[in-house]
Amino acid sequence: MIDKATFWTVLPVLAIGTYAIRFSFLGTLGTRPLPGWLTRCLRFTAVAVLPALVAPGVLWPPATGGETDPARLAAALVTLAVGVMTRSTMAAILAGGVTLYALLAVMG
Amino acid sequence: MTPTGKAFLRGLIAALPMTVVVGPFALLFGVVATEAGLNLFETMLFSISVFAGASQFAALQTMQENAPALVVLATSLAVNLRMVMYSVTLAPHFGSLPLRSRALMAYFLVDQSFATTVAEIDRAPAMTAIEKRAVFFGAVVAVAPLWFIACLVGGMIGQTIPPDYALDFALPITFLAMVAPMLRSVPHVVAAGVSILLAIALAGLPWGTGMLIAASVAMAVGAGLERWMERRQGVPR
Repeated sequence: MIDKATFWTVLPVLAIGTYAIRFSFLGTLGTRPLPGWLTRCLRFTAVAVLPALVAPGVLWPPATGGETDPARLAAALVTLAVGVMTRSTMAAILAGGVTLYALLAVMG
Repeated sequence: MTPTGKAFLRGLIAALPMTVVVGPFALLFGVVATEAGLNLFETMLFSISVFAGASQFAALQTMQENAPALVVLATSLAVNLRMVMYSVTLAPHFGSLPLRSRALMAYFLVDQSFATTVAEIDRAPAMTAIEKRAVFFGAVVAVAPLWFIACLVGGMIGQTIPPDYALDFALPITFLAMVAPMLRSVPHVVAAGVSILLAIALAGLPWGTGMLIAASVAMAVGAGLERWMERRQGVPR
């Protein structure tokens, strides 16, 4: 469950921060090009942040009390594999979801 | 029809295929957010004020893990940093427009409106700033209302689903599904690999700080490796 105090602290800052990011150059018409190393790093943000966000929870799911769960692990691997093969986020989500519920149903 | 009207329609039509992803994605956000304990009002306020799917999911995930607000913010803002590039790329095309136009565009600057606008400008570089803006808002009309409505529907569904439906795993699956199509080059694969290994190795660190370290190192490794590979191939930079 989400702590409401945290939520109400995060919400305004995240909203304003996200808007500031979008407004940055479009709004101020900054014409100076970003340094090459910076644009290069920016291109890697999503691929660096998102896996770190999920990896521990995939291996030790909080829902099972931190015990590695074959169904959840298999679902994660299927999601990744289907996503790489099809290049489609929705196909990967569907494949992962079907795998998870099928395995949970079989293993009871 | 006026050239501006045509440009608007081109943007709208070009962005239509993206609704296939946007709709279910917003639906999922609504479900997961209410399952995580937000009420419908909080869920909608979240979606309307932040309006950036990936970072909203990232914030949900870290808040559910009881990370402190600073870690939640660092994580979810990092996910949005790619939009600096969008802002940089679009700025030269819209400099002649009034500030209020650009301020409104900034709010609606999402993956879909950006990709559509850049692709259309590429196809018809002679467009005026007004026409380019029409393309942009055509794409916005295709995806933004759908995003809000699907989010609302998802929130209403989420309130009716009992909490023990293994929905804990909807977030990890969503993130992995978002990352997988990004693994286009060796540096991207290596960055994702470093990110996973370090996040697991540092999982014991308090307040999700291990995750922040893992992400920073992974970003540096990916960018560094890409630069090194380009140099070796003699691509001037």
